[in-house]
Amino acid sequence: MAWFAAEALWGVLYCLADETAGEEGGPIETARLILEDGRLFIGRSCGAPGTVTGEVCFNTSMTGYTEILTDPSYHGQIVCLTTAEVGVYGVSPEDAESGKLQIRGFVVRHLSAKPSNHRSKVDLGTWLKDGGIVAVEGIDTRALTKHLRGLGAMRGALTSDSGIDESELLRLARESAGVVGQDFTGAVSRDASEDWTDSSAVDDWYDLTRRGVQRWWRELHVVLYDFGLKSNIARQLAARGQRVTIVPSHTSAEAVLALDPNCVLLSNGPGDPSACEPIVVEIRKLLGKVPLGGICLGHQLLALACGAKTEKLPFGHRGANHPVKVLETGRVFVTSQNHGFTVSADTMERAQLELTHVSLNDGTVEGMRHRTLPVMSVQFHPEASPGPHDAHDIFFDAFLATVDAAAAAESPSEMVNAQTR
Amino acid sequence: MPRRDDLDRILVLGAGPIVIGQACEFDYSGTQALRALKEEDFYVILVNSNPATIMTDPEFADATYIEPLVPSVIERIIERERPDALLPTMGGQTALNLAVKLSEAGVLEKYGVECLGADIAAINRAESRAEFQSAMREAGIDVATGCEVSSVEEARTWLPGIGLPVVIRPSFTLGGEGGGFAATDADFDRLVQEGLDRSPVGKVLVEESLAGWKEFELEVMRDGADNAVVICSIENVDPMGIHTGDSLTVAPALTLTDREYQRMRDAALKCLSAIGVATGGSNVQFAVDPESGRMVIIEMNPRVSRSSALASKATGFPIARVATKLAIGYTLDEIENAITRETLAAFEPALDYVVVKAPRFNFDKFPESDDTLGTRMRSVGEVMAIGGSFREALQKALRGLEDGRSGFAFDGDDPSPDEIDWLERLRRPTPARYRDLAGALHSGACIDDLRQLTAIDPWFLNEMKMLIDKSDCISKMSVDTVTAEEMREAKAHGFSDSQIAHYMGVSESRIRELRSTLSVHPVFKTVDTCAAEFEAFTPYYYSTYDGIEDEASRGSKQRIVILGAGPNRIGQGIEFDYCCVRACMALRDAGHEVVMVNCNPETVSTDYDTADVLYFEPLTLEDVLNICRVEDPLGVIVQLGGQTPLKLADKLDKLGVPILGTAVDKIFLAEDRRAFQDTLAELGVLMPKAAAAEDVAEACSKAGEVGYPVLVRPSFVLGGRGMQVVYDEVGLRDCLNGDVPFGPGNPVELISFLEDAFEYDVDAVSDGEKTVIAGVMQHIQEAGVHSGDSACTIPPFHAPPELLLHLRDITEKLAHRFAIRGLMNVQIAVKDNEVYVLEVNPRASRTLPFVSKATGVRWIQLGTLAMVGHSLNELGVSSSPPVRRVAVKEAVFPFDRFPEADPVLGPEMRSTGEVMGIDWDFGRAFAKSQLAGGFPLPSQPGLVFVSVHDRDKPAACRVAKRLHTLGFSVCATSGTAAALAEYGIPVEAVEKLGEGNPNILDYIKRDNHSVCLIINTPLGKNSKIDDTYIRHAAVRYRIPYMTTLSAASAAVAGVEALLAGDLDFYSLQEYLPGFSRLPNKHLEDSVETRFCVS
Repeated sequence: MAWFAAEALWGVLYCLADETAGEEGGPIETARLILEDGRLFIGRSCGAPGTVTGEVCFNTSMTGYTEILTDPSYHGQIVCLTTAEVGVYGVSPEDAESGKLQIRGFVVRHLSAKPSNHRSKVDLGTWLKDGGIVAVEGIDTRALTKHLRGLGAMRGALTSDSGIDESELLRLARESAGVVGQDFTGAVSRDASEDWTDSSAVDDWYDLTRRGVQRWWRELHVVLYDFGLKSNIARQLAARGQRVTIVPSHTSAEAVLALDPNCVLLSNGPGDPSACEPIVVEIRKLLGKVPLGGICLGHQLLALACGAKTEKLPFGHRGANHPVKVLETGRVFVTSQNHGFTVSADTMERAQLELTHVSLNDGTVEGMRHRTLPVMSVQFHPEASPGPHDAHDIFFDAFLATVDAAAAAESPSEMVNAQTR
Repeated sequence: MPRRDDLDRILVLGAGPIVIGQACEFDYSGTQALRALKEEDFYVILVNSNPATIMTDPEFADATYIEPLVPSVIERIIERERPDALLPTMGGQTALNLAVKLSEAGVLEKYGVECLGADIAAINRAESRAEFQSAMREAGIDVATGCEVSSVEEARTWLPGIGLPVVIRPSFTLGGEGGGFAATDADFDRLVQEGLDRSPVGKVLVEESLAGWKEFELEVMRDGADNAVVICSIENVDPMGIHTGDSLTVAPALTLTDREYQRMRDAALKCLSAIGVATGGSNVQFAVDPESGRMVIIEMNPRVSRSSALASKATGFPIARVATKLAIGYTLDEIENAITRETLAAFEPALDYVVVKAPRFNFDKFPESDDTLGTRMRSVGEVMAIGGSFREALQKALRGLEDGRSGFAFDGDDPSPDEIDWLERLRRPTPARYRDLAGALHSGACIDDLRQLTAIDPWFLNEMKMLIDKSDCISKMSVDTVTAEEMREAKAHGFSDSQIAHYMGVSESRIRELRSTLSVHPVFKTVDTCAAEFEAFTPYYYSTYDGIEDEASRGSKQRIVILGAGPNRIGQGIEFDYCCVRACMALRDAGHEVVMVNCNPETVSTDYDTADVLYFEPLTLEDVLNICRVEDPLGVIVQLGGQTPLKLADKLDKLGVPILGTAVDKIFLAEDRRAFQDTLAELGVLMPKAAAAEDVAEACSKAGEVGYPVLVRPSFVLGGRGMQVVYDEVGLRDCLNGDVPFGPGNPVELISFLEDAFEYDVDAVSDGEKTVIAGVMQHIQEAGVHSGDSACTIPPFHAPPELLLHLRDITEKLAHRFAIRGLMNVQIAVKDNEVYVLEVNPRASRTLPFVSKATGVRWIQLGTLAMVGHSLNELGVSSSPPVRRVAVKEAVFPFDRFPEADPVLGPEMRSTGEVMGIDWDFGRAFAKSQLAGGFPLPSQPGLVFVSVHDRDKPAACRVAKRLHTLGFSVCATSGTAAALAEYGIPVEAVEKLGEGNPNILDYIKRDNHSVCLIINTPLGKNSKIDDTYIRHAAVRYRIPYMTTLSAASAAVAGVEALLAGDLDFYSLQEYLPGFSRLPNKHLEDSVETRFCVS
């Protein structure tokens, strides 16, 4: 159980934090970040010692660093937060999106040493150190962001090791794998299937409390592929009364179908969708057999399975303020996003895919459905966490309604039962 | 949805005069709204009684009514203009309340006027506490437990269920007026009664106390398609219990996790739909229990607000402009984000900096008042600062306040930290609480204790502690060995040069040189709404030492820098921002590129598109020099922002920054009292006898030489601070032994007080050669009342033409002697046909906006162009224009917020705002000004109460006689009654307070308000009989009261006009048909008339 694993990990971290508390006050260590074009930023180390490489990207969310740091979609990335003060409210275990810190490296302007929040269990710096995350504070994060915005996503190397000279660091950055052409799903997925029941963290979420966490007409069985799953996707489904089985990324289509699901939902995850050909093959086998949904990487994989293409965005969408328009209703929602790739809009038509959601910032594809099959997916993160909850309904409810209708068409008698229940 | 084409004429209501809780932010929002409507080709009608606003300049609307904001007047204007719709969400609580009243009176229905933005039902749901609470409960949002009551008895029945302490909030008031925190039964009864009296609907809400909880605000926009976005989150550093307007606040909210923040965001969006806000911006406030995280909603305002102005400046998102577009039919995804150009208004700004807002107080003007901060807002202005961290932003905000402090930590101007029990001081929140916190931290207080005392979140306290720790580090640095990195680190904590100088024991200029040697300079970063994710096209900058990459750049040609006026305060308010904005427009029209520097988020000057470049920075020497270093400007304009930039002129000049307009040595000549006296003597111009003294004995002997009565004026003061008129030595000693700051090296000036003199304000513009009088204003109060507090009129009444010619000659002489290039203001007193010059201000005056509106000439534009080298001939200005209508300016006072203060006028300025009455004759104009100021003169005969000082009795008799003739009955206190009776006026003698019943208070308090006019000149500080209770009662029951006989005489003229028939209302465009055109054209058309004397 991922959740309990996370709890256990937290217990350990908490103890460690207490033990190491007396060791503060050592000399401030310099940390350096170099980009593949040679631009160098110097700051103070505020995480674990070491040297890491990866794609450098920025996220404009002003809250939610705990969720971001534990989001498996950031696997292989050095994440820069643009917000000025980070770590103010410490770290609360129940906010984690997976069982561990997932990012490769962390870049901030200011990191608070003394957090304040009634739920906080540990300060962010200690958490990063104990989680082995190399991190830097005190750099001009706005200059870095403008650099990436202007020149596009770049690989970089981040080190707290003063023994590595600049040219060596640059070589590490340039030799690093980056994200393009990488299938990271295996590295972040569960190894074994899991039945998910936890909806606890959602319960205090305002909108769901308000609605009384209603059950659907029937309990559907959702098989959720873990390509780097954020826990809140599973929580959202569980909170809607669904039976959720999470399966590892390498699970075959046959094995999925053997679970007799009402639908299959493809999760978010890291890496380049076009490098995930084995998964795409399995998904293609599921098409037409069972209703399919996708979020983020899952959405991209679904598009590939249908025959569309994906491409890399110049610097990606990462933040909690991305407006998305629902074409059918004209409504606009503010969504949480985290993706460096997108489905190529001009390849959708031949794949029988219809555009349903579009980004108001740059007009890229944010959602689609299949013209004939019960297939729908979104590029943004309807589960939020971090970010606005506006899109909970527009994806989870719409998707489950579609699945429900399909299931009802198959066995109408159950429907009657459900209604009289 | 595109623009609605079923609408053609839209009425916009302004907020009226500047009062506490409702300041120039509504000029900012109103101006944006008018621009947005004009862009869409609507016929726009505006009503606002405040002449010192940009929005009331005639080009911003098709019909601009500077008329009283009262339902009867608005109805007449609606009848005349027939608008299709009313936009009530841009003029604060004033406009919202008016909309409700108009609706209740059936006016909106009668004329078929639709309410845009928020309909009446929604306004009522948001404003009525009971309806609000039940709507919130229904939507599943937690609220504080409480009840709405209409009487003290009813309130008492609920008390056991809620339990003391409780919060009392009157329904439908602004800025927490009349609210309070009751911990005892006695407080409870008193506050409930006060609240009932204040509430226009006679209801108050009694609620569980959330004092000590954390307080947050979200600024939300909603469109007609049900899309909603949160523009900004604001966290109050001060806890619940201190009004948000009086709190230090920070944006974005810092101490909320994403989970808590999103829950709050969900609740805010739900709140808007539950209230039924159709479109536009709203402000939703929450309290969070720091122990449990329980979140309750406190209130929402279905309109733009002070907070939305702050949010606009903090994020770059123009809330009022977008709200207006939404109100006329657009949706969020149809409106472009003007800053990025490629994105839309349908998004939520991301901040990559920290914004701190600090309130500016003026308790020094009301020394009798208790300065404990509470739920009733009493700050008069605010400063916003942007920094790379909370620490940097906090320090910048505090030094921007211009209250003598250079930042959070100590700066050399402090009481010894060990002599004061800081923790004891912190038990009571006062305007000095951040100084006290610094003191407590200096003396080693622990965070837990401070949290207990202040209920400030420990994160903020820790950040403050880091500042104090850093100041200790800086003390250990030496100018000889300090490294660039150490200096940069100190500066990144926000320390000003003067603070660092204090810690290191050197001068500020030494630190400035040191920084220059070490190359430690700030970088300028852009406020772009999107944390650099998209390119920004609006140069809106803040400085920080917390970065390496500079985004500001010099223009293609040298720019002109305008220094703004900083935070609003009594004596320096919106008028100066008006001047800065008009000057900016004039220079841009003339082809210059303009840089604006200011730190007041409420203003039009700090709107992102007012100037070519905006620096949101404190107005200190250091910060201005940093900007000049980057800009290398053509010159700096210091004449427009009041005393704030004028004080910097000398130092800037010495450091080689070119000052435009009047030379710095001439500015100094006018500011230095001794040099000024010599200069006037040289010119043969009279000024009242004066002498300076440095101790009490000297003062007594000098005062004897000068001759009583004497005006006592401390050195280096603004707005008449601490000034008093004394009539004898006893009074003088009392005055000097009070809190007048004086002593060796800091003399007090003793000026012969010209009793019963008439005062005039003259505004003029000069190019160094030629001088043109912009306007001569006659004060309605006699000398002794601060010019900012006195009502005044253009043109002067009862002023002989030869006097006006004399005034012109003196002004020209002075302008020539002071080599004025730009604007000037002269204050003059006339007694016994002698003309005395009281003051020359070599800068734009407080009255210029009023003069511009009254005369229909753009004086600030002319003055500004003169500053940059244009001659008046070139500009086509040859003479003063004729004035064919009468404009009266009346001051508005915050006495209701400072109940202990005596609401009598004196040499110390205490008004916060002004209104204008304009009409074809004086009486009607004066009546309008009183109606607009909230103390309407009686429009039918009634009972007038008279109680005057002995010396005023002859004049009082004449006034009472006129009122008696008009059909008024007269009552008076015994002494005055005797005098009136002797004069032949039938009079009823009334008991004073304490002499028996019924006394005068009973007459005033009567339900039918039988007393409809009060004439009460104070008996003086040394009088055995205190009569301030009469004036307190007048303020409380809003009965017009005149504390000088000349004002009483003006009031009689007003009453006569009212009795003669209904008032008429015309737009400024009708009164001043040439105003919209260029000034030179206008003046060419004008007939050669010096002054028109009515």
